[in-house]
Amino acid sequence: MRSHRLISATFIVLPVVVAVLFTSLLVMLVGNEPGEVFQTVWMGAFRNSNALAAVVNFWRPLVMVSMGLVITFTAGLWNIGVEGQMMMGAVFASWAARSLALPHPIQISAEIAAAALGGALWAGLAGVLKTRLGVNEIFGGVGLNALANLLAIYLISGPWQPPEGGSAHSTTPFPANSLLQPASTEFPVSMVALGLAFASIIGVTLALRGTRWGLQLKATGKSSASARLMGVPTTRSVISAMMVCGMLAGLAGSYRVLFTYESLRPLVSGGIGFLGLLVVLLAGIRALWTPFIAFAFAAIMAGSTRLRVSLQLDASLAGVLQGALVLLVLLSNGLRGRVVEWSDRRAAKQAASVSETASPGARHE
Amino acid sequence: MNNELLNILNSTVANATPLVIAAIGETLNERAGVVNLSLDGSLALAAMTGFVVGVTTGSAGLGFLAAAIVGALVALLIVVADIQLKQDQIAVGFVLTLLLADIAQFLGQEYAGMPSNPLSPVRIPGVADIPIIGPIFFNHSVIVYFSYVLIIVTWLMMFHSRPGLAQRAVGERPATAFARGTRVNRQRLFYTVLGGLLIGIAGASYSLAIKPGWSNPPAMRGDGWIALAIVIFGGWHPFRVALGAYLFALLRALSSAIQRSPDIQIPLVLLNMLPWLLMIGTLILVSSGVIDRLLRVMPRPAQRWSRNFLRSDPPAALGTRFDPD
Amino acid sequence: MEITLRHIDKRFGKVHANADISVTFSEGKIYGVLGENGAGKSTLMKILAGFQPADQGEIVVDGKPREARLHFGPTESIRSGIGMLQQDPLDIASFTVIEDFVYGSGARLTMGLREARKALKIQCQRFGFDLDQESPVSHLTIGQRQQLEIVRLLALGVRVLILDEPTTGISAEQKETLFSTLGLLAHQEGMTILLVSHKLEDVVALCDRVVVLRAGQVVGEREMPATTSELVKMMFAEELPPQSRQAVTLGKKRVALEDVALRGRRVSLEGLHLSLSSGEVVGLAGLDGSGQDLVLRAAAGVIRTARGRVTVDGRDMTGKSYRQFRQAGVAFAAAGRLEEGLIAGLTLTEHVALGMPGALVKWRAAEADTSERLQRFNVRGRPESQVQQLSGGNQQRFLMAIMPANLALLAVEQPTRGLDVDSARWVWTQILARRASGTAVLFSSPDLDEIIQYSDRVIVFFAGRFIELADLSGVSIDDLGHLIGGQFEQANHA
Repeated sequence: MRSHRLISATFIVLPVVVAVLFTSLLVMLVGNEPGEVFQTVWMGAFRNSNALAAVVNFWRPLVMVSMGLVITFTAGLWNIGVEGQMMMGAVFASWAARSLALPHPIQISAEIAAAALGGALWAGLAGVLKTRLGVNEIFGGVGLNALANLLAIYLISGPWQPPEGGSAHSTTPFPANSLLQPASTEFPVSMVALGLAFASIIGVTLALRGTRWGLQLKATGKSSASARLMGVPTTRSVISAMMVCGMLAGLAGSYRVLFTYESLRPLVSGGIGFLGLLVVLLAGIRALWTPFIAFAFAAIMAGSTRLRVSLQLDASLAGVLQGALVLLVLLSNGLRGRVVEWSDRRAAKQAASVSETASPGARHE
Repeated sequence: MNNELLNILNSTVANATPLVIAAIGETLNERAGVVNLSLDGSLALAAMTGFVVGVTTGSAGLGFLAAAIVGALVALLIVVADIQLKQDQIAVGFVLTLLLADIAQFLGQEYAGMPSNPLSPVRIPGVADIPIIGPIFFNHSVIVYFSYVLIIVTWLMMFHSRPGLAQRAVGERPATAFARGTRVNRQRLFYTVLGGLLIGIAGASYSLAIKPGWSNPPAMRGDGWIALAIVIFGGWHPFRVALGAYLFALLRALSSAIQRSPDIQIPLVLLNMLPWLLMIGTLILVSSGVIDRLLRVMPRPAQRWSRNFLRSDPPAALGTRFDPD
Repeated sequence: MEITLRHIDKRFGKVHANADISVTFSEGKIYGVLGENGAGKSTLMKILAGFQPADQGEIVVDGKPREARLHFGPTESIRSGIGMLQQDPLDIASFTVIEDFVYGSGARLTMGLREARKALKIQCQRFGFDLDQESPVSHLTIGQRQQLEIVRLLALGVRVLILDEPTTGISAEQKETLFSTLGLLAHQEGMTILLVSHKLEDVVALCDRVVVLRAGQVVGEREMPATTSELVKMMFAEELPPQSRQAVTLGKKRVALEDVALRGRRVSLEGLHLSLSSGEVVGLAGLDGSGQDLVLRAAAGVIRTARGRVTVDGRDMTGKSYRQFRQAGVAFAAAGRLEEGLIAGLTLTEHVALGMPGALVKWRAAEADTSERLQRFNVRGRPESQVQQLSGGNQQRFLMAIMPANLALLAVEQPTRGLDVDSARWVWTQILARRASGTAVLFSSPDLDEIIQYSDRVIVFFAGRFIELADLSGVSIDDLGHLIGGQFEQANHA
């Protein structure tokens, strides 16, 4: 048993070290100093409360998307369409922000509701494509992502274009009444949105642990055919899992337009949806670890935005570090399995040579 | 036939070439039971590597070689993670999709926008003079001719040779393959690496031949997913896969021709959406069983000839693991 | 070819599957290898055919010994002259017959179809097999797939042929053809045939000598002829009393299919009328994929009918979902327990909790309920164990344990597939107990003994056609064997 714990500890540290070494290597390849780069990223994330707020502003949509993806992974779904669901949430929220003019709390509530609806509908579409029309959710998702982005581009460059020609890069900024308000100038984070994020963490965790719906999702994810024969409404499970995830992704998307950009832009999701998939893979679909891993990833993402300014380096380095980390964790999980298997087999061989009086049973023939 | 149409068709064939090579490569590994989901990232990294090596050494051949090695190494990683480390092919493939694209973008940042010389077209004497066919198919760079040969050789190998029987058996029912003396995991390794090699070549054919150059973000992003969908559309059959790639490229060529034409007013956004709508539409069509029904009502001799071509079930053991003990 | 096994020993974890087995099979004879499930006969045959290595021992083929511990794959085995036909023949569904015949017959680049076609034709003519060389393997019956495997192995020069339960799921005609082929191979061509079977009638009809295994050891060998009861004594060291089936008076009508049409991938059927009353057991017989599986699933609401009406306790359930059927008191148990029925990766408690009402899961109550059920149904396992950790028999028991009480219809596909005799009897005790409490039972089985033994009525299927046998007195297994082969006319005369 002690050797198992030692093996586990080794295989947690190992991938992190290798990922950092690998990223350093790439940095050196383009002629930079790894130490300087990591310091820049660290400072970019944590140098003061403003920087920390930027981390939180990445974390907030990332953690909501990730919690949604914990649900779809539990139901056995690869919701690659999460990016498009974020964009649809952003589009719906932008519509509400542009065309409604209600008292601030009601206005915000309406925008949030619209975002949730947009994300849920887009995800539901992927769910229906999968369950009714047999389109694998990975390909359906990729297609729907592209369509959502093209729709946003169309709106930006067409109907929602600023009056004086404007640019194809964004719509006119939304009125102040439509925007989420920062808590303070030292710590510009929307408390309303932060509240929603914490609610989603708690809500998803409880729903998966304590509700029949959560159990049904798990059953569907493990074996859809068996679950159906046990009376689980599997089609409904798949579509509802998609829609709840889409709802959270939509909310995440709305944050990008109602707070981060204050307008609608192309690729407004900024890759946060895909990053969410990495977060959940790294967490091994465990709801509890997800927020912490999301925070680490948000810090890397926010910190690396300074790379271009300080060192003229492409910010894709953040993706390299994150991707390498997840890949190496997957690989080292496999390696650990092999090592444990090997040490168990050795133990079993020793045990077998001790006891020769085993009785035959019915399992193996 | 007027010149403009000939030009459109000629560029369709050229533009389809990376998709053809990538999708045939993927077909090779999926037929053996392994999914290489990393295409969208592999293509980007291979394109960047090919371009950088090609530009710095001045040899396109070395560029293609480097790209092929990159593709093969990525495939090797996926298949080793699957067989040796028992990690989900889809998960590893997806992570690689994102990771490799980011690596390509990061390492390629200094080469973005750098000028380069595209491969020059080679007219094949004789066939290039056939009206219509010649100008469309036989006035291209070497890589296009490579793709023609690839389609035919893959088909011959897959359906008309003993190695092809072993390859398909490994993807359909590994237990049988094992009993017939095929080393299942070695076959999977071989075809996945071979597929990866082709995917690498496909990547380099963007940056060195079809759309010479490198840009940030990479211009071919998204094509990896299209290629994966084309494999499904193509029913894992090299001819049908190639047909899918050509249809897709034709649609793209038509939409950009329509864009240029002043007479036709179709919203640009709709044209841009068309490929994706087509992708989803064809996947619906394939899974709806229409093709199976078509196969069933055909007369028996016709069935015999078209069974492999029209089949749309994926290889039965696709994505599963085989443990010979 | 003479084969001698010396001191073969094999363990799977704590299970001692083969304990120091020594036995000789000489040429020109058909051997019956007998033993209940778990006796170690399949393990021994797989070691002989190279599908798995032994831990210790020697295999002597025509005087040449080799260590059974070393890896020696199926192809090496075939090269040494030993071939095995698995119960589910190892072929490739998407290949054509000729492709399947060619595959594995030697490393070369080209297909070499011309010679292969000739070779296959000669082999088929020899035994009177009718195989369309261009037809996909997926269109063949199990009997035809066996024929293909046999000629394939023979073409590779096999002199020892091992057959694992070859008579399950084939028609009487196919069985006759098979037996005459095996007789020809052994008695005229001097091959060694090993028949692994638990069907003693087949062994009595075919074999020259039997080898009996129990608990991983050879416990007896004898020349035939012998009666089935003598063989049973050798296998179990005692005679098993036949399982008694209490007469039950039929009650009200519980489930009815009226003028139903069904469409499957391979067969369709039309105009089916079937009504089941409380306390009735109806068996569905037929070759694999003849339509019985469709009827079973349609009655349980797992698939929808193309036409016609389905009622449960008088309520029209046509077109309703399986969930609604379940709520109306119908349960379905599929043949592959883990693929369809139990969920690998879920704990036993989670299985029970899935069946409990309410939006929130009451984990404590679910665990208490699970413990109680495990005890009542004698399942060896803990509430927190995952279901795939249970043994086959325990999985079947657990499946029974979580089935709702007071069902209108229990539809079971191959209730005893892969179970040893004890577990099989236990499963039928459970099914019959439900029947006694008023449930109608519908089941399918490739095992005609099971059909005859437990059914009140039988419906026989052949390629989407069907015939009902309302009175089973005087119907033998052989009669049923002819019916599943499609000879309905004789039954109409009887």
